[in-house]
Order: sequence, then structure tokens, then C-alpha cells
Amino acid sequence: MKSKAPIALFSFVVTYLIFLYAPIILLPLFAFNDSSIISFPLSGFTSKWFVGLWYEETMHRALKNSLIIAVVSSVISTIFGILTARALARHQYIGKKPIFGLIMAPLFLPEIIIGVSLLIVMIQIGLTLNIWTVIIGHVLIITPFSVSILAAAFNNMDRSLEEASLDLGETRFGTFRRVILPLVTPGIISSLLIGFTISLDEFVIAFFLTGIEPTLPVYIWAQLRFPSKLPGIMALGFILLVLSLVLLALFEFFRRRSEALTSGKPSSEHQ
Amino acid sequence: MTASRKLLLKIKNSLPGWRLIGGPFLFGFLLLLTPLFLMVALSLWTQNYLDLDRTITLNNYREIWSHPVYTFLIKRSVLISLSVTLITVLLAFPMAYFISFYGGKRKALWLFLITIPFWTSYLLRIFLWKIILGYNGVVNSGLQSLNLIEEPLSFILYNANAVVIALAHAWAPFAILPIFVALERVDRTMLEAAKDLGDNAIRRFIRVTLPLSMPGIISAALIVFIPTIGDYVTPRLVGGTDGLMVANMIQVQFAKANNAPLGAALAITSLMIVVIIALAFLFFNRRYLRRQV
Repeated sequence: MKSKAPIALFSFVVTYLIFLYAPIILLPLFAFNDSSIISFPLSGFTSKWFVGLWYEETMHRALKNSLIIAVVSSVISTIFGILTARALARHQYIGKKPIFGLIMAPLFLPEIIIGVSLLIVMIQIGLTLNIWTVIIGHVLIITPFSVSILAAAFNNMDRSLEEASLDLGETRFGTFRRVILPLVTPGIISSLLIGFTISLDEFVIAFFLTGIEPTLPVYIWAQLRFPSKLPGIMALGFILLVLSLVLLALFEFFRRRSEALTSGKPSSEHQ
Repeated sequence: MTASRKLLLKIKNSLPGWRLIGGPFLFGFLLLLTPLFLMVALSLWTQNYLDLDRTITLNNYREIWSHPVYTFLIKRSVLISLSVTLITVLLAFPMAYFISFYGGKRKALWLFLITIPFWTSYLLRIFLWKIILGYNGVVNSGLQSLNLIEEPLSFILYNANAVVIALAHAWAPFAILPIFVALERVDRTMLEAAKDLGDNAIRRFIRVTLPLSMPGIISAALIVFIPTIGDYVTPRLVGGTDGLMVANMIQVQFAKANNAPLGAALAITSLMIVVIIALAFLFFNRRYLRRQV
């Protein structure tokens, strides 16, 4: 194989990358732009939009709601992910395929369908919408991702380690806690991180299921109607981007550890 | 052993697995499957101002298929999301091909480079397209300052084109990644064999690379198609009135129009269309692969 790409392919790749980066490059430009109107030409550097965020009480409440929802849903989804991945890897049972299909189904449903169907249930039962209804929706959509991540971790795990622990007199629970859990911990952490990020950014389900307490995306949605709020929203978007990239870097770090641990090869930190 | 003893044994062997999967299963059963069934039931009922008439009727579906407003919106949603799928996959393939065949040791870095733009709020990413495509936006002021156009172009924002552009952008990495994974699995020695046997570059691509990467292309198409048909945000932000899609109408029925049964019927109809088109994708994939063998 040739190692250099044809000129045509390479120029396509560069153009496509410009297309992919086009919106995101505007984010820091307008977040630091000293004008309340979002348009070119830029008028000067300021950090006042970031300072302004500090005094946005509604935004702080929305952020708090989003953080609670993101933490709770990612923890529940990860527990579901562990249970499902373990059952898939080690057990045979009646209904294995249909149950797996049901758990993974939200991956193949438009989000609006999940939002609407849960909304119908809440209205019919007469429950008021609150943070918990959003959490239910988020757990449904995050669990398939947790299952995929954790199934990989559980499937790659060396079975003989588990058997050795049992042979040496550990109880089943002890084996789980002292052998299995440490081996899949990186998988658990990446599942938590990916669930957290999905939940924090999810809009449609939250839009349908949040009551009077908005989540951060629902708050952003409401602000987009007011031109004067836009520079602040750009600043907020920029902060979210930086935070996500930090989380992503962490995710990648733990994924590599997970691969190294479960494939039996010692990683450099463990030698 | 009798049949019933066999069954008992099977159930007994299932217990450890069930104990683990029971929680996630119950959650999905109660909060996904039951609500979906309730949605089907609701779509068969009728809203009479404030009360719900619980006699079963297909009237909501009849209304959807007889009113041009609804059929038109559904057709437009399918058309928009099929165009998005086609464009996204066509653009994603060369990118994935480049990373897989010419990425060398930097493949992971290239993949990272592609995902960076997608780690900020979905809402803001779509909103930023408004700034790029708008009347005084980046594209128009750029073209004007280059003296390529005199009047700002107005056909790029607040219509279906803008929705297609914004969605083709938003779902790009979800198409690139599965195609990349499929291309990585293409056995490079097969390509060399084809070369040795006299196939030129184009024939090698059509007869070896493309068929072997078809599963990745199909999953990319499904991953893009399924969520985009139900997208609510993009049509609202950049679609104007000419770019609204079925999800917007569903939301209107549940909120302003106060006709939840009709909204449910619209949701079920869209879901059915998604399922039929997804099955068609899979069917053609199978036919295509069989013909190749």
C-alpha cells in the first residue's frame, strides 16, 4: 500500500475538517467578543460574559438540576450495565435474547418517542413532572451505552482468575469484590463518564419531562430566544466544551487502563 | 425425562441469570415497554376538549392520512432525514477511508480530531449554524467581502437545506466511526491479491473494499437515519416554517393543540415508518452481500 494519500482525497479531508470545525470555532470568538450582538466584524476582547454567568441565578439552579440528574442517572445506568453485562457473559437463562433486546431498544428509538411515551404515563397516572421523571428517561437512553462498554470489559476478563479465587477459598461475593470489581473498575469509570456527558447534554427528553425546574439544556433553549442573552450563552458553551474535553481525556485514559487490565497484560503503572 | 421436568430444570438453571438481569429488565418493562403500549392505546382514543373518550377507534390515524398537513410533514421528515443520511455517509466514507488506509500510526489522533467539535452542547452546535448561514452570517459576509455576490443569499437559512446541513454536521462522527471500524477489518492481503491478479484501483475498490465495508456503511446509515427523523431542535432553530418536521408537530399536539391522542398517533406513525425503512436498509444489505458471494 502507498503511504501517501492522493491529493484529491487529502484536500477533501481538509475541507471536511473545516466544515466539522466551522461552528465550534465561532464559540470562543463570540464568547470573548466585546459586543452584545453576535455578528462579524469582531469588536474587541472581553471576559465580561464569563463574569456575567457568575450572577445568573436561574442558570445556577439549572446547572444544579442537571448535575444531580447526570450523577444519579449515570450511577443507576452503570449498575444496570454491570448486572446486564455480567448476566450476558456468565449465565444462560430463558429469554436471554428478548430481554437483551428490550434493554438495548432505546438505542434504536428516536428520543422524542421515549420522551412522549413517558409523558403520557405521567399524565395518565397524574404524577407531577420533576427531576425524577427526567432521570427515568436518561437511565433508559444511557443504559445501552453502559452495557456496551461493560460487556466488553466483562467479556475480555480472564475467567481463570475468578476460578482461582474461588478455589483458594474466597466466597462468591468476596471474589466479586476483590477480583472482578478491580478488573472492571476502569470500565465502570468510563461508563459513568459517558453517561454523565450524555445526560448533561440531553435536551428533548428533559424538555418533555422537566416540570418547573429546568435542566441546563432546557435553560439554554429558553435563552436562545433573547438576543441579549446570547453572548453569555456562548461563554457557557465554551466552558462546557472545555469541561467535556477534560472528561473525554479522562475517559480515554480509563478505557486504555481497562483494555490493559482485562486483557491480562500488565499496564505500565502496574508493573 | 418428561417435558415438564425439563422445563423445571431449565427454569432452575435460569435463576442465577434472572437474579442479575431482573432489575434492568423490570425497569425496561415498566418504563419503556408499558409506556409504549400506553402510547398505542392513547392513539386509539379521542380527545373531547377536556376529557378523554376511551372508545377504540382508528380516527386519529384516518385524520393523519387524510390531512395534507400531516402527510406533508411526514413526507418531508422522511425526505430530509434520508437526504441527511445519504450526504453524511457519502462525506463520512472518504474521511474514514483516509484514516484507515493513510492514518498510519496517528489513527487515534485523527479520530480524536474528528470528535472534538462534538463535545459541546447539541443545542449550541445547531444554533451556531444559524450564525454561519444567516442573512448577515459568516457565509454571506464572507462571499460579499470577496465580491462574489451582491445581495446576501437567503436560500440557505430557515428552510429544509439548512436543516440538512446542520444535521449532516451534527451526525458526522456517528457515521465516520462505524465505517472506520469496518474498513479496519478489511483484510489488506485481499487487496494485494486482487492487485496481483490484475484488478486496477477502481475495480479493487468496487469488488473488495466496498463489499467488505458494507456492514459499517449500513450501520452508519441506521445510526444517522433513526434519530434524525425524530429531531426536534434542528427544524425549530434553523428550519423556519419550510423546514419543520414531524417531531415539531408531535410537540404541538401535546402542548398548544391539547390533542395528546393525535400526538400519540403521529408518534406511532413515525415509529412505524422508522422501523419499515430500517428493515429495508437491512434487507438491501443482505441482498447486496449475497450477490457479492
